[in-house]
Amino acid sequence: MTKRVKILRQQSLNAVPYISPERALLVTQFYQEAGFLSVPMKRALTFKTIMENKAICLNDGELIVGERGPAPKATYTYPEICCHSLEDLDILNSREKIPFKVEAETRRLYREVIIPFWQGKTIREKIFDEMTDEWKAAYQAGIFTEFMEQRAPGHTVLDDKIYRKGMLDFIRDIDASLKALDYHNDAEAYYKQEELKAMRICAEAIVTLAHRYANKALELAAQEKDTVRKSELETIAQICRHVPAHAPENFWEALQYYWFVHLGVITELNPWDSFNPGRLDQHLYPFYRKGIADGSLTREQAKELLQCFWIKFNNQPAPPKVGVTAAESSTYTDFANINSGGLRADGSDGVNEVTYLVLEVIDEMRLVQPSSNIQLSRKNPDEFLKRACKIIRKGWGQPSIFNADMVVEELLRQGKSIEDARNGGTSGCVETGAFGKESYILTGYFNLPKVFEITLHNGIDPRTGRKIGIDSGDPETFRTFDELMEAFKRQMKHFIDIKVRGNNVIERLYAEYMPVPFLSILIDDCIVKGKDYNDGGARYNTNYIQGVGIGSITDSLAAIKYHVFDEKKLSMRELLTALAANFEGYEKMRLLVLNRTPKYGNDDDYADNIMRAVFEAFYNEVNGRKNTKGGVYRIDMLPTTCHVYFGSVTGATPDGRKAWTPLSEGISPVQGADRHGPTAVLKSAAKMDHVRTGGTLLNQKFTPQLLETEKGLDNLAHLVRAYFTLGGHHVQFNVVTAQTLRDAQAHPEQYRDLIVRVAGYSDYFCDLSKTLQDEIIARTEHQSF
Amino acid sequence: MKGMIFNIMRYAVHDGPGIRTTVFFKGCPLRCQWCHNPESIIRHQEIIFREERCLRCGDCFSVCRNGAIRREDGRFVYVRENCIQCGNCIEVCYAEAREMAGREMTTEEVMAEISKDVVFFDQSGGGVTFSGGEPLLQHEFLLSLLQSCKQKGIHTAVDTSGYVSPEILGQISPCVDLFLYDIKILDEARHRQFTGVPNRLVLDNLRRLSQWQKNVIVRLPLIPGVNDDQENIRQTGSFVASLGNIDEIHILPYHHTGLEKYRRLGLAYPLPEVAPPSPESLDRIVNELKRFVKTVVLGG
Repeated sequence: MTKRVKILRQQSLNAVPYISPERALLVTQFYQEAGFLSVPMKRALTFKTIMENKAICLNDGELIVGERGPAPKATYTYPEICCHSLEDLDILNSREKIPFKVEAETRRLYREVIIPFWQGKTIREKIFDEMTDEWKAAYQAGIFTEFMEQRAPGHTVLDDKIYRKGMLDFIRDIDASLKALDYHNDAEAYYKQEELKAMRICAEAIVTLAHRYANKALELAAQEKDTVRKSELETIAQICRHVPAHAPENFWEALQYYWFVHLGVITELNPWDSFNPGRLDQHLYPFYRKGIADGSLTREQAKELLQCFWIKFNNQPAPPKVGVTAAESSTYTDFANINSGGLRADGSDGVNEVTYLVLEVIDEMRLVQPSSNIQLSRKNPDEFLKRACKIIRKGWGQPSIFNADMVVEELLRQGKSIEDARNGGTSGCVETGAFGKESYILTGYFNLPKVFEITLHNGIDPRTGRKIGIDSGDPETFRTFDELMEAFKRQMKHFIDIKVRGNNVIERLYAEYMPVPFLSILIDDCIVKGKDYNDGGARYNTNYIQGVGIGSITDSLAAIKYHVFDEKKLSMRELLTALAANFEGYEKMRLLVLNRTPKYGNDDDYADNIMRAVFEAFYNEVNGRKNTKGGVYRIDMLPTTCHVYFGSVTGATPDGRKAWTPLSEGISPVQGADRHGPTAVLKSAAKMDHVRTGGTLLNQKFTPQLLETEKGLDNLAHLVRAYFTLGGHHVQFNVVTAQTLRDAQAHPEQYRDLIVRVAGYSDYFCDLSKTLQDEIIARTEHQSF
Repeated sequence: MKGMIFNIMRYAVHDGPGIRTTVFFKGCPLRCQWCHNPESIIRHQEIIFREERCLRCGDCFSVCRNGAIRREDGRFVYVRENCIQCGNCIEVCYAEAREMAGREMTTEEVMAEISKDVVFFDQSGGGVTFSGGEPLLQHEFLLSLLQSCKQKGIHTAVDTSGYVSPEILGQISPCVDLFLYDIKILDEARHRQFTGVPNRLVLDNLRRLSQWQKNVIVRLPLIPGVNDDQENIRQTGSFVASLGNIDEIHILPYHHTGLEKYRRLGLAYPLPEVAPPSPESLDRIVNELKRFVKTVVLGG
């Protein structure tokens, strides 16, 4: 690591996240004065106002320039989506985990300017106004979460188009689309015109921002005493004049271009899962090869530029979240997830020199942002996997590993072309997408064990006594396990109906009131269709509902099937009585269900077949339902931190879990339920039909001793390859002992830099809630035998 | 065919190449004082009692018809000599304080377990390892398993003390891809003192395996004060080198983890207190052995 990178990295680590009112103020001022405009034009001019007026921040020594806010970790707010109340600001300022500092002046501006204007006009309020009573009841009960209630849809990743086209080229495309509009036969021509004009304004605005950076660089160069830095600043100015207006011509320009685009996307709105460059090694490789060949670039320079680029991501915390959204995604990480390796569009091995360079950067930077993963195809060399395993061994949870061949298969099943599939990858935590061409929206987590709890109470939520489900029958009258499963399916249908109805409304609200003309420039085929990204402009439009707690519900069903119906050791009434008492006074029964039941994660078909039945039921209920953008709903199996929130609203479960404690996470077994080592876990998990999901998340925890030797490392690589042979989608590893984690809990001051794998991302252990810390400690630790 | 198995461990990564499943046979002709698997020694079933898990509910006491559980001021004490291993107490102990060591299994049952991880064996160049106890003590059962593995193309390793008749060794060896062969002490008297048996047969059998051109890795459990002296190390190295075609020794340093197991079985730990070998002494021993054989590995 060069001295420059060391300093910038340290600055980034030391910077304290705080709320910058800059954007909120500019947006408010614009809206106060805006005239009679179509919605897309209003959004475009808002974007233009920000690009023209935001503070320009160029930090000492940096090579890639541009901050979202006025300083590193100065975090914007988006009052048109969610206007924080003064109480929200106080909570953000003072909460123990994931705080954002709020200056008195910011609070004053909110009180006097921002809140008075936005109250009653935000998307968030509109969403809650439009939701039905049964939606609200289910939401409050913790049946599901709603991603879009304080963040915009987003959830997309860029492909290679910006490395071929400048904004001026995009403007030419936009103009061609405008010219082709058929006002005589196309009833939507006017809407398209407004959307395309809006895109055009945004394309110009991002160029304006770059020119402002160019001017700033020149201004600094004029004052700079150090001749080396002076010349760097002059080069930066040149680059910012050239990109994003034009296609990049070298490695440095390629990175800088992407970064401006990134800033544009995360400033326009606060879309979920901050945008990301996707298959960065593929995109950069031609520039790298050209630079090395003509002598204009060395490997070390390329590495330094990449490292400067990495720091930029770390400087942008996820927008501040409150309420349930803060609980389901409690982290500063915004899930930009860089993909390495995989396949090329023609199906050949995608691993190249830049792939290894990126892995080196990940290893040295050791930052929670950006997140990173490898896309492992059977065509990729073992050397690539081994290199990634060597980083994983260091124990901070990156990179995670994806099955590139399975990702392609998933995309093909969804009807994507083979090229679009091979150019795709995974983003966020584990979500599969056709990069640059798909809007793949996560709509919210779905609490499978809670739906089962409501089934066991014939539609009533035992936590509140409210009837929020349907009459699915008194479980004490069920004569067979199948009757119980049928009742569960009916409850699930009821809640999925509610969820999907809600999302189809929310989707329209974003389409009508909150288009994203800047993002629409970047995703095919918005320009050709003259349609906004939020309105179905993308080539592919998928909505996901993410199932949580498959391990917990499987073990709960297994306990009932085994002890109530098969062995008849327990009656349903006895079990329900024990659950109502949270097993207090029923410890022996708890141990019976805990220790004497076939459990998911042990390669035992008794339990694993139940997991498959739950999966099928969830899949059949969701998959193929229509959204409002010409696409369909599909399922994902991932939790972020939602298994903790969902657990906190779910009473004791028949698998022996105590009330209000975390559910199982991702598709991992219940914490401690897997007793036959990692191969058994992988076998169980692979019995799920991953290809019919848009992503599954499997966590594994190893003691460092198990990976100490070369042989240990080989075996880790073999485990991964074998899991992928069986059709697994993703696996990630924590390599840390429970003892270390307990020590970190007791002495957080000594472990400030301890990073662990949470769900589809890594985070500082000390930033996690105590419950989540405990949950990670409780995950089964595979040891050396 | 049936055999007595006390454990089947998946993802066993220290008993031969790749990812393996290790099948532990119950029963051993040796009585090594350092044995870290005391539940492997006796051929028949035994009850393991983990008092720390005991809820003191007394259910075991109520179902025991043989007076093998006695109530003693709130605690339930296991009277091992009265126990007939009927397993009734285990059936009712949901806290898993009581557990049966040893299970009669058929060839098919064991093969079903082994077959579960074939995809991992194939990927990693792993397979199955038969260990114990002494797997050759149940040689007919072992042979049926080995033959089944050969039919399925599964790589086989046998972890043995070598204390077995040459005829039996000859019978099974064609089905064994790799022997993990324990050499403990070269001095005959000390071998007898610490393991309960002489070492002549052990050394002769290793010579035979070498003559039959079998793949062998010699394993040396290293017990400070027992066999870590320079003399024994040098003799071991020189004996292995004299065989000509065995070029790999694995050193298995002594560790304490067996102590707890003795307590759970109600057994006294035979070896006086010994500290695990220091990294310096391990280094010295590795270097010493490297003078005789090509590959010396610490751990399995």
